[in-house]
Amino acid sequence: MVAFTIQRLLQSVLVMLTVALIAFALFNYVGDPISNIVGQDTTLADRDHLRAELGLNDSFIAQFARFVSHAAQGNFGLSYQQARPVSQIILEKMPATLELSFTAALLALIVGVPMGIYAGLHRHSWVSQTMLTVSLIGVSLPTFLIGILLILIFAVVLGWLPSFGRGAVVHIGWWTTGLLTAEGLRAIILPAITLALFQMTLIMRLVRAEMIEVLRTDYIKFARARGLTSRAINFGHALKNTLVPVITITGLQLGSIIAFAVITETVFQWPGMGLMFIQAVSFADIPVMATYLVLVGFFFVVINLVVDLLYYVVDPRLRIEREASANV
Amino acid sequence: MTKVSAWLSLSVALGLLVLGAASGEAKTFRWANDGDPTTMDPHARSDGFVTSFDMNIYEPLIRRDRNLKLEPALATEWASINPTTWRIKLRQGVKFHDGTPLTVEDVVFSIQRARDAGADATSQLAPVKEVKPIDDRTIDFISDGPVPILPNYLVSAAIMSKAWCDAHNTTSAANHEGIENYATRNANGTGPFILKDRQPGVRTTLVRNPDWWGIKDQPIDPDEIVFTRIDNAATRVAALLSGELDMVYNVPPQDIERIRKTAGFKIWQAPELRTIFLGMDQSRDELLESSVKGKNPFKDKRVRQAFYLAVDEDAIASKVMRGLAHPTGLMVGPGVNGYDATLDKRFPYDPRAAKKLLGEAGYPDGFEVGFDCPNDRYVNDQVICQAVVAMLAKIGVKANLLAQTKAKYFGKINAPRFETSFYLLGWTPGPIDALNMLQNLTATRTDTDGIYNNGGYSNPHLDKLIKKIQVELDAEKRNELISEALTIVKDDYVYIPLHQQMVVWASRDNVDLAQYATNDFPWRYVKLK
Repeated sequence: MVAFTIQRLLQSVLVMLTVALIAFALFNYVGDPISNIVGQDTTLADRDHLRAELGLNDSFIAQFARFVSHAAQGNFGLSYQQARPVSQIILEKMPATLELSFTAALLALIVGVPMGIYAGLHRHSWVSQTMLTVSLIGVSLPTFLIGILLILIFAVVLGWLPSFGRGAVVHIGWWTTGLLTAEGLRAIILPAITLALFQMTLIMRLVRAEMIEVLRTDYIKFARARGLTSRAINFGHALKNTLVPVITITGLQLGSIIAFAVITETVFQWPGMGLMFIQAVSFADIPVMATYLVLVGFFFVVINLVVDLLYYVVDPRLRIEREASANV
Repeated sequence: MTKVSAWLSLSVALGLLVLGAASGEAKTFRWANDGDPTTMDPHARSDGFVTSFDMNIYEPLIRRDRNLKLEPALATEWASINPTTWRIKLRQGVKFHDGTPLTVEDVVFSIQRARDAGADATSQLAPVKEVKPIDDRTIDFISDGPVPILPNYLVSAAIMSKAWCDAHNTTSAANHEGIENYATRNANGTGPFILKDRQPGVRTTLVRNPDWWGIKDQPIDPDEIVFTRIDNAATRVAALLSGELDMVYNVPPQDIERIRKTAGFKIWQAPELRTIFLGMDQSRDELLESSVKGKNPFKDKRVRQAFYLAVDEDAIASKVMRGLAHPTGLMVGPGVNGYDATLDKRFPYDPRAAKKLLGEAGYPDGFEVGFDCPNDRYVNDQVICQAVVAMLAKIGVKANLLAQTKAKYFGKINAPRFETSFYLLGWTPGPIDALNMLQNLTATRTDTDGIYNNGGYSNPHLDKLIKKIQVELDAEKRNELISEALTIVKDDYVYIPLHQQMVVWASRDNVDLAQYATNDFPWRYVKLK
């Protein structure tokens, strides 16, 4: 188990290096940051000087190598846009993104799984049919449109919830949280729903399909024949066996929630890493973009690792197989 | 379950406590823009929005009033005492936000800091050779040659406290490898507002400076200013309409009518100083992107004229810009010194004459040319370009539009690459004087001149004229020279000027403010009724 974890973490270094390499190859195409940094009256000599100082004349391989060697020492450079250390900017933005992502993921699970179970057990009820139809809208509407619609209804027309930002935050060490203030809680509702909607739909449909599948299997029939309560069958046997794919998908989706937060954060001006990334792209702020991409690569690796470890918890067969093979 | 609800009620109670502590009877002015003042250091960037923002905290020696006229700020008077010397008198009794008094040393230090490596705010101050204190309230600005518009240049030079900069190791605006400059997120100026809290890219809070020197003549109404960056246009407007903001600085064109028609809100609009124009490569022997090989059609004045006559600016102003543009025949707009209303008449739209001119130049069937355009820099920039493409098609010219984001666009068309054949650009003369436009856009390219002369136009006669304007101290004579230069630029079809776009802001009805044609936003004029 420990060896497996270490092996995975080593792999993550490789993944991040690859991500960084591809990122730097792409940065040739994001444009010239110099014209964003300087004003219109800056002389050519000053521009050239700045370009040389930032190492923008070097090949992408050289820029990549410099980034990696500095990053290995924990220095991700200064943001072109803000003239502040990138690591500091990311640390400031990360809590907002993680809070939003986990809230959204939790929301998707808490709402999606019960809905999926219900729809799986009562396939033909009109409630299930309605849920399926409505969820179809959730999948088909693009995130930014849902966000704008929610803002229009709940902020502009009804005036119940704020249309942008994170509200007041409380500092706990370097972490900032909006979950401890009323303003912050109100602010997270709309973005969390926007971000969760797609995942909720996905989880609900997945759970429903898996439930239907499992309920058809022989051991459920035998369980029924043994006279177990339907509660024990549905939740003790059927649900547990649907969980493996659900965990896989939810885990992988958590990665994409963090990544998709880009759009939601832009719509709601949520001060997280996604918004930071968009702002960096429009400014051609290479150090920020590079660090963000590498970090997201790292998140994906870690999430995959956690998912793999969770399999062991849920599926006893895996534990036995691995122990058996270890004994050989 | 009870645990959760207990937690919830606790956090709600906590939140109310925090909220209650924060609010009082204070008058707060909340506003937003799609960009952020990326630094509080007034010398680090010469970005228009950053400077406009920081100049509420810091102040220059000379500032502009709401009609763009120069007026005393930290200097009470200024005069040219000989062709190479400007003398200014420093205002007495001014204090920085930390309480230290303003002295001539601070001015000498600040001008030096503004010109240092790493500072980008005032490359315009380059001609100043020496800043010399005469006594404790008099300072001389000495240059090699005459600098007639030095006061204009001083408008963008913020005065900082030497003691404060020394104490915080920020005597230069430069960034040392990996270390943040103290002045990036902290500020200590003399201005009407004091920086209270700065969360870059999120929220910046400022409070009124009760000890501001100008407060008797101009009482400051808001107790507190809260600035938020909101990137998304729809969200920005929604935040205004839902009452979470008092004012929005950059209003998306498509929402103007909607805000105007909503009760309780109003639109502020005024012509901006920025001129939007089309440029053509006139320097290469063969265009980079064209079907014409072996020669450059834009070297022929008739071709440039044909392009000019083929563009229907009135249609662009009324249809694309929805009336929010002032069609211009000049490369500088009303309000800029040197602007000449008699010259500000466009040559009328005449596609037939354009077609004929093209024929005379040897292109009866037109030709193909690449066309560069930004899609996120100016109001409706890409749509303007699409309209131009359609108009040129009528005279047989096939313009292949490449509209892209500004970082890519500027990297392609600007110095040193100038990789463009035909492009759209906008220009605001920073010191609000036509010389700045002439020097940057029309002078022959050198290390210091013609930096944005992306078409590479070169006319020795015009260059001589520009040199004369640079040193002419007599304002009337100088303006005659400027008119002469502007006439050459116009008649030689160096550029195809299109329009000055409008500055459009939106606010609640209870807000009063001063809208500057420079798009500057001094909060000292803000009143909340």
